[in-house]
Amino acid sequence: MAVIADSVPKPRAHFRFLLDRRDVLGSLMVAPAILYVLLLVGVPFLMAVYYSMSAYTIYDPSWSFVGLSNFEDVLQDPGFKQTLWNTFLFTFGSQALGLILGKFGALVLLRPFPGRKIVRALIILPWAVPIALATVAWQWMFDSLYSVINWTFIALGFVTRDEAPNWLGSQHLALLSVTIVNAWRFFPFAIVIFLAGITAIPQDVLDAATVDGAGFWRRNYQIIVPMILPIMTIGLVFGIVFTFTDLSIVFLMTMGGPVGATSVLGFAGFQTGITSGDVSHGAAISLFMLPVLLIVVVTMLRFIRRREI
Amino acid sequence: MQKKGLVGVLQETGFYGGVAFFFILAAFPFYWMTITSFKTNADLYNVNNIPFWFTNPPTLEHFRYLFERTLFTTWMLNSLIIGLCVTAITLVTALPAAYSLARMTGRNGEALGIGIFLTYLVPPTLLFLPLSRVITILGLQNSMWSLVVVYPTFTIPFCTWLLMGFFKAMPREIEEAAIVDGCSLFGAFIKMAIPLSVPGILTTIIFTFTLTLQEFVYALTFVSASDQKPITLGVATDLIRGDVYYWGEIMAGALIASIPVAIAYNLFLDRFIAGITGGAVK
Repeated sequence: MAVIADSVPKPRAHFRFLLDRRDVLGSLMVAPAILYVLLLVGVPFLMAVYYSMSAYTIYDPSWSFVGLSNFEDVLQDPGFKQTLWNTFLFTFGSQALGLILGKFGALVLLRPFPGRKIVRALIILPWAVPIALATVAWQWMFDSLYSVINWTFIALGFVTRDEAPNWLGSQHLALLSVTIVNAWRFFPFAIVIFLAGITAIPQDVLDAATVDGAGFWRRNYQIIVPMILPIMTIGLVFGIVFTFTDLSIVFLMTMGGPVGATSVLGFAGFQTGITSGDVSHGAAISLFMLPVLLIVVVTMLRFIRRREI
Repeated sequence: MQKKGLVGVLQETGFYGGVAFFFILAAFPFYWMTITSFKTNADLYNVNNIPFWFTNPPTLEHFRYLFERTLFTTWMLNSLIIGLCVTAITLVTALPAAYSLARMTGRNGEALGIGIFLTYLVPPTLLFLPLSRVITILGLQNSMWSLVVVYPTFTIPFCTWLLMGFFKAMPREIEEAAIVDGCSLFGAFIKMAIPLSVPGILTTIIFTFTLTLQEFVYALTFVSASDQKPITLGVATDLIRGDVYYWGEIMAGALIASIPVAIAYNLFLDRFIAGITGGAVK
């Protein structure tokens, strides 16, 4: 890219001229942001890694190095295997459900109809509203006694009041409930991502396919899906990262219960590291997120690169 | 002809059924929030009443209680202060950074920009343990100022990325003309680029604010004093007295805190998506 200001060689005698050099001023302008992020994300990240290999607790801040024994302790805890399993079920269950809802929601919203703007605005709500607040509303909807969902089921004659499900109190239903709430939170995001992808497809591509005899499903799966794959992937990366590391839904709705049935990595790390003050084991638990995060980030980088070429 | 008409009717019914399904799925929890906050306790806690509408006349007692007998107004104020400070920090750092990465550092700038953006994906649940130590060293434990320090760790990456897109879309010629006319490089940024990117700056402000309102994990970890909590944390954790949930008040608080974020998101949604996907659609 030809840049006019660069083409003139500049004397370097004065500080002012130094500031007129693109690379110098550029580095100075980007420095505060980089420093902030390095100091408060980079350094803490390295600290987290060190914590996980130390014997550090809030009662004994000795920082002595213990190698990988924390990870061994964590892996030997039978509850942890369930936590790990729960995290995967919670993440991939809710993302799959969210994607399906998102795809159909996008199909619905693609067609013009009276009141579409209002419907779109309302459909965004689950994703826009702070998840902690929406979670509390769901908790109230799942209430053991006053659940509006159960009331509806009873009124429709599906169940009697005695056998109405206790959503947050029974092992399997609790995990299902938090997964549903998370899918509910992400499906508007999926809809918006799908819509952004589909509307960016040039109409003449679709027209050409129609002229060549492609029907609805062929257009859908051989043209639309491949063309929106990059944006879908980025959407999914966000969904997976924020779900896999989430703490708020489980913390507010079930506190990991009943008996660890909904404990996920973020929650377990919080319970061990903050609530119990066993920082080193908490850090070790949190670091189990890292492999998944890395895979996801590498996928994302590949897609960003592809767009630049 | 007759058959096509029937198929058409069925398709229409299916379509509007779909619209209704998504409408109810998305909006019902908020409807439930709203109606709960206006119901009397006698109405709320009676399983024989139809829950979808008022059996007893609506009441404002939950809102009155919320404003008069709880720290709700303090939490609102805390959130406002946190939002304003974080927005200021974010703008001061992200604006020059984004401009520099978009205009001055060339190919490296792009890579560095992606690097900064990736830090947005480093989750709070990985960093809260070491950060709580940092907060203690800074002497900010149990204070809302800890959140002012920590929140820019995700607003700066996000907004730098968002603003980079804005600066890239701006024609270079305007700044170049200013430089030819004797403006310094930095002068061109201050006098030309910033005034032209006001829409981008506005988007950044709105999203910084909503991101701080949505955050929960750091607030939960660093702040346990009731009068220091931001609104989201306060409503979600502080309105439970003993083991009793006061659903009327909790829902009233959640409703009030949700409204501004909901409006902001709807106004700026397209820009948000463009930012988050970084132009993956082209």
